[in-house]
Amino acid sequence: MNASTPGTPGPLGPDVPASDGPTTAPAGAGRSRRRRRRLALGALAAPVVLAGCNWYPSYGASRGATAQGSDTFKLYSGMMTAGIVIGGIVAALILWSVFRYRRRSDEIPHQFHENLAIEAVYTLLPIVIVLTIFAFTVITENKVMATQPANATVTSTGTPVVDITVTAFQWGWRFDYPNLNVDVTGELTNGPDNHGPQMVVPAGQTVQITLVSADVIHGFYVRDFNFSRYAQPGVVNVFDLNVLRQGTYDGQCTQFCGLYHSQMLFSVRAVTPTAFRAWAASEVAAGHTIPRLSPVGAQGTAPGDTRVTPSNALPSTSTATAKAAA
Amino acid sequence: MTTTADRPDVLAPEAPGGPGHHGPEADHAHEVHEHHGPTGILKWLTSTDHKVIGQSYMITALVVFFISGVMALLIRAQLMSPNGSLLSPQVYNELFTMHGSVMLYLFAGPFAFGGLANYIVPLQIGAPDMAFPRLNALSYWLFLGGSITMLSGFFVSGGAASFGWVAYAPLSTATNSPGAGADLWLMALGLTGFSAIFTAVNLIATIFYLRAPGMTMFRMPIFTWNMLVTGILILIAFPVLFSAVVMLFCDRHFGTHIFSVQGGGVPVLWQHLFWFFGHPEVYILALPYFGVVTEIIPVFSRKPLFGYRGMVVATMSIAALSTGVWAHHMFTTGVVLLPFFSLLSLLIAVPTGIKFFNWIGTMWRGQISFRVPMLFSIGFLFAFLMGGVTGVLLASPPVDFQTHDTYFVVAHFHQVLIGTTVFAGFAGFYFWYPKMYGRMLRESLGKLHFWLLFIGFWLAFIPQYLLGLDGMPRRIVNYNQHAAWQTLNVVSSVGAFIIGFSFLFFFANVIQSWRKPVRAGSNPWDGHALEWFTSSPPPHHNYTHLPLIRSERPTWDYNHPEHRTLVHAPRASRADRGQDHELEGANR
Repeated sequence: MNASTPGTPGPLGPDVPASDGPTTAPAGAGRSRRRRRRLALGALAAPVVLAGCNWYPSYGASRGATAQGSDTFKLYSGMMTAGIVIGGIVAALILWSVFRYRRRSDEIPHQFHENLAIEAVYTLLPIVIVLTIFAFTVITENKVMATQPANATVTSTGTPVVDITVTAFQWGWRFDYPNLNVDVTGELTNGPDNHGPQMVVPAGQTVQITLVSADVIHGFYVRDFNFSRYAQPGVVNVFDLNVLRQGTYDGQCTQFCGLYHSQMLFSVRAVTPTAFRAWAASEVAAGHTIPRLSPVGAQGTAPGDTRVTPSNALPSTSTATAKAAA
Repeated sequence: MTTTADRPDVLAPEAPGGPGHHGPEADHAHEVHEHHGPTGILKWLTSTDHKVIGQSYMITALVVFFISGVMALLIRAQLMSPNGSLLSPQVYNELFTMHGSVMLYLFAGPFAFGGLANYIVPLQIGAPDMAFPRLNALSYWLFLGGSITMLSGFFVSGGAASFGWVAYAPLSTATNSPGAGADLWLMALGLTGFSAIFTAVNLIATIFYLRAPGMTMFRMPIFTWNMLVTGILILIAFPVLFSAVVMLFCDRHFGTHIFSVQGGGVPVLWQHLFWFFGHPEVYILALPYFGVVTEIIPVFSRKPLFGYRGMVVATMSIAALSTGVWAHHMFTTGVVLLPFFSLLSLLIAVPTGIKFFNWIGTMWRGQISFRVPMLFSIGFLFAFLMGGVTGVLLASPPVDFQTHDTYFVVAHFHQVLIGTTVFAGFAGFYFWYPKMYGRMLRESLGKLHFWLLFIGFWLAFIPQYLLGLDGMPRRIVNYNQHAAWQTLNVVSSVGAFIIGFSFLFFFANVIQSWRKPVRAGSNPWDGHALEWFTSSPPPHHNYTHLPLIRSERPTWDYNHPEHRTLVHAPRASRADRGQDHELEGANR
């Protein structure tokens, strides 16, 4: 699935597009701390993952096309390995006792019913395992949940922050770029080739999403980002994405939202920052600007019309309105 | 209530028990006093006997279980192709809503705490009936009324409720879900909710006040313990659900704005209230079935339960933790304290792990016979192991972000709930059916039922984990843009149809047991707990005699006086076997 992701899903550490500076932690202390964490995660999953090795089995999941998503993936992979090992041991114990102690005679077995030492071990050991998992969870969670301060236009390392306001509605998506005055809206995706409105982002830069809903609860979910978040009436959710590689990533509403829930698709296309600025300019030139004071759904969008068709092909030359770019 | 008057007589020495040795029912069957009450349909309509009400509960729950199962098969048939056109989006949405609602509100809980517990708990503690027999009858009729109310949604204009079994506001408000179907759904929750609350009150009072002499709390069978804890959880959880339902009903009809932003309300409040009910509810559904397998595994291993006290503490820990984990269903809302709910959710793995090791310890060095109830219990162990491991993954917020609302979650909770309600539930059915009707179910048909169910179960849900990891959201009627999901969906649907097919052997088994009965006797499995001491089916008010109760398995102690539970000496050498009675006997 999602064959649109280019390149091989290799390790996702420092080798992101370097031109615009990935916003992950700088080298030095941070990196060695990360390596130590990986070591510990490897130790947890010792039989499968060699300590210090940067190799995580995927177990069917995406390796994460964003910085946040690849952190999540590593946690998922480590927990899955631990789960397979522990679950495998328990399953083996069940199978062993079932087959080894199947009834062979009418003799009544020894009627023992407790062993406090063993019981203490299998109470304390799971507590240790659970606390270890919790530690890794908190570390990853803090990375995934970290956001740039509101209204920040550049990160602390100097790369720009692109703000996008995502409005989910029955049954479609609206992507507004307030700093660029670009608006992309699309609804009711039908047919095998229609992947919904497209949110274009610059690869390697921080994208800050402000997620809201116009009616009921929806779920903003991109499989390759290993991330989902509810769009809820009355709640403004803010999160950051750092897409690592260029490519197109399918997204879909995951929280059931009524009759046409299954037709609420969108996609995310990550392009180079230069191409992104050119795209924004062409959108403005094409009149796809943020409508003033016009409610969602009153924009004359016909069902099935996604309005993003012109933007799917990058313009060969950028027009004069590029001033809008950050 | 003078059932224990002649207890010393019963303890007259008898020949040592063997595998074919049964309780004393044969000797005393004629002493059972005849009960003169209405018979036939009038008996079913008017009875306050816990055994009749328990059967009514089970029959009703099984009927709605099969109705809901057919809904699931329709859903699976629809998903066999990316643009399946068997069902319209509206009908599909109604079906998955009602499938989940019927299974969770009308089958899983009522089958256990209305059916099995109603029948078995008074028997296990040596009580003549439930503490409040008329309240018990009221519970059943409320449940039946609620079931009919919920299902009648299909017959009103606009169709049944179609907002998912969790009914998230504001999708469930009058604007977004108009129509009587949604109101009927809310009414049904009110009715069945009160049914559950009354049953819980009844069970707790019965367990606290009607135990036979000698039946101390720590000599109660684990099934009874689990029902006690379940009852307490029901009292914690269901009133919250009911209040949420009332609030939503007011929003829909009386112009309040509790869950709508426009009037200053807070939609996310519904999720808090719902899951404050909903997560304890998961354990309200699961704990009774843990109790069922904890009864079955020792009997078919011919050993006492390993770690009885640990089991009790683990059950209580699960119940306590379950009231503090509701927001792990809300990690992706962005408005809950992630580490707190994550830690508490992860910690539930500890008592659950203790239970697993206790079950294994019970089988360890036993004499395990693979009768049908034991097969279903072993099936439960594997299903619940898989559901438990994936549950630990979901308790970690980042992994939950990754998989929330995808088929990964669908697979997870179906493995947990089918593992408990179906594998353990039918284990209990096969186990106690001889007690209820005095006739055996056929082993061969039962084994066919089990193996088809087991194969279908893994075939149906392993692909769903993979689909979820590949990004397939739950509750979608079509997946036109992702034709690659079709193969795994077809495999999953084939598995679902095998599950459906397996129940034909269950029906055949029950019919066969009525057409050509095989007498069960009072104690066909060489059982442990008190219910195997009385006749099958038990007489009105259950007991004419009781054995000495000195452990959690009085019937075993009675039948095997030289093989009582050892208090210590788990490492006793093989040479000690056969001399167990020289150790400390059965006193706890």
